[in-house]
Amino acid sequence: MAPSADIAIEPIAPIEPPAPLAPLHALPPPFTDSNLEVLTQGAEALVYKTTFLTPATPCVVKYRPPKPYRHPTLDKRLTKTRLLAEARVLVRCRKEGVGVPGVLAGDWDNGWLVLEWIEGMTVRKVLDEWADKVKRGDKKEGDDEMLGVMRKVGRAVGRLHDIGVCHGDLTTSNLMLRQPSSSTEHASPLFQHRGHQTVSAMREAAMDGADGSEPSPPQPQSELDGDIILIDFGLVSQTIQDEDRAVDLYVLERAFSATHPAAEPLFQKILTSYGESFKGAKTVLRRLEDVRLRGRKRSMLG
Amino acid sequence: MIALGLEGSANKIGIGLISHPSSNKPPIVLSNLRHTYVSPPGEGFLPKDTAIHHRAWVVRLIKQAVRQAGVKIEDIDCICYTKGPGMGAPLQSVAVAARTLSLLWGKPLVGVNHCVGHIEMGRAITNASNPVVLYVSGGNTQVIAYSAQRYRIFGETLDIAIGNCIDRFARTLMIPNDPFPGYNVEQLAKKGKNLVDIPYAVKGMDCSFSGILAAADILAHSTNEALPDGKRLKTEDGEIVTREDLCFSLQETVFAMLVEITERAMAHVGSKQVLVVGGVGSNERLQQMMGMMARDRGGTVFATDERFCIDNGIMIAHAGLLEYKTGITTSLEDSTCTQRFRTDEVFVGWRD
Repeated sequence: MAPSADIAIEPIAPIEPPAPLAPLHALPPPFTDSNLEVLTQGAEALVYKTTFLTPATPCVVKYRPPKPYRHPTLDKRLTKTRLLAEARVLVRCRKEGVGVPGVLAGDWDNGWLVLEWIEGMTVRKVLDEWADKVKRGDKKEGDDEMLGVMRKVGRAVGRLHDIGVCHGDLTTSNLMLRQPSSSTEHASPLFQHRGHQTVSAMREAAMDGADGSEPSPPQPQSELDGDIILIDFGLVSQTIQDEDRAVDLYVLERAFSATHPAAEPLFQKILTSYGESFKGAKTVLRRLEDVRLRGRKRSMLG
Repeated sequence: MIALGLEGSANKIGIGLISHPSSNKPPIVLSNLRHTYVSPPGEGFLPKDTAIHHRAWVVRLIKQAVRQAGVKIEDIDCICYTKGPGMGAPLQSVAVAARTLSLLWGKPLVGVNHCVGHIEMGRAITNASNPVVLYVSGGNTQVIAYSAQRYRIFGETLDIAIGNCIDRFARTLMIPNDPFPGYNVEQLAKKGKNLVDIPYAVKGMDCSFSGILAAADILAHSTNEALPDGKRLKTEDGEIVTREDLCFSLQETVFAMLVEITERAMAHVGSKQVLVVGGVGSNERLQQMMGMMARDRGGTVFATDERFCIDNGIMIAHAGLLEYKTGITTSLEDSTCTQRFRTDEVFVGWRD
């Protein structure tokens, strides 16, 4: 029977967006459009590659544009606190010897932060390329070289947690493997003085030597020999709670299983090396078990 | 196919009849009735009184809805009701009505997740194909994206819902609850101009409102007009802060938080569409802010009007009928309701 009182639904059209105030990729001075390469557009910030001070110094500019939807007062307040928090943590990590890009300059009123350019590729890309090679039969799964990278990742995360910093968004895209040569030969001139080593850096160096489980015979330098550099500290927090640390690891685990199906043994290597990296790491690993069970969310049942 | 939907998870009882013509045609709303229990200013709706209200209205509304739709009882394929989440007593009173109808008319029951109802109705009437969904209401605050047969929660409130925050703030200021507190706060906010510092609580893709409510309530007490001039809250320029300014500040702050977590979810899943559903979604300022965010990302915002934003029976009928068509019904023994029922517990069998 045909219904008599048809009220066919008129589709409700999308909201007409208000006219834009300013063109998107326009950085405040001293930056210019020339020599600007867009790297990513995150929710929070636009990330560009450009040069700083000299045309030969590549750098990353992380620009938090004013959000037109936010009240200007609120926007200024948020941009300032977040930018400063990120810069402070980066400076602190650097001082403590954790692998992070150096802070070159910043302006919280205009919302930009200039960071050292890291030559290399993300661990995500490293894993992808590795998976391709495994598929072609050039390399085998669980190769020592790859396990070495994972060991370095575990240690780098351990060092970060050791100094009371949690990354907040630890994914394989936010971990970089620096090109081996760049740390010695072509390092940014602004960061060439690596004179004073901190206690923790020396401890790390000592652990490198002491780690006998993976014998490292002198090999031709491989592309996987570089240091691990942690990037994107936009969601960073300074905390020493096991819960926060465990959530960091859980996020990394999820990122692993999502992007690399055969990642299980590799991630195990990260955890082992993490567990040896600082006092208290073992309790974090136990906490990780709980976090896994509950997932990111409480189930809201009962 | 025709479904009858019964919704009563909060202070509104909604009865709707929807018809899904043969595939690839938009659904037809046959009737969509609603009655709201309004509590006096300064008070919220209590579960017991709300349940009494629903029981008093359910029969009248169903009769009227069926008459308005012009369908015979035998044309109805299934009875859909809200299984949860929501307030216990109101949910139960409507579930009892649904069971009674099911036995009386001999029709199968379908228990529907309230959140999924909102999402599916929003998708159906805006034609948004695969949006990031911001579901904001008196009881829920979630950022949702669809993936592999589930509506996954990317971010949500860690404590109270956004609508709850606004409603309770309205109670502190003794703002009337008719037609609903959020609407009255919105009207007052339009006259406000000074932004007062209120905490901003976003953590990753989650947010928190309880601290904001506490802070706003404290501020509200110092805007009391009975206070002597010296004790009134003032801005940096020495201007007296009014109720309107507080409503404005609260809206600006909490909506900025919502837009931010939505933007983060969009960046994460790489989507260009946003769909805003739920009662708070009818706020024009929120829609405007969302529009500005989407514009800068090259995306579009879909929002619905108060007929479909605010709790209604038609969305329950729609989502229930979608589920019914995949062959799923709720047996009488299982036709319970629950106050806690997460969006990602529902298997979405009707989408690819």
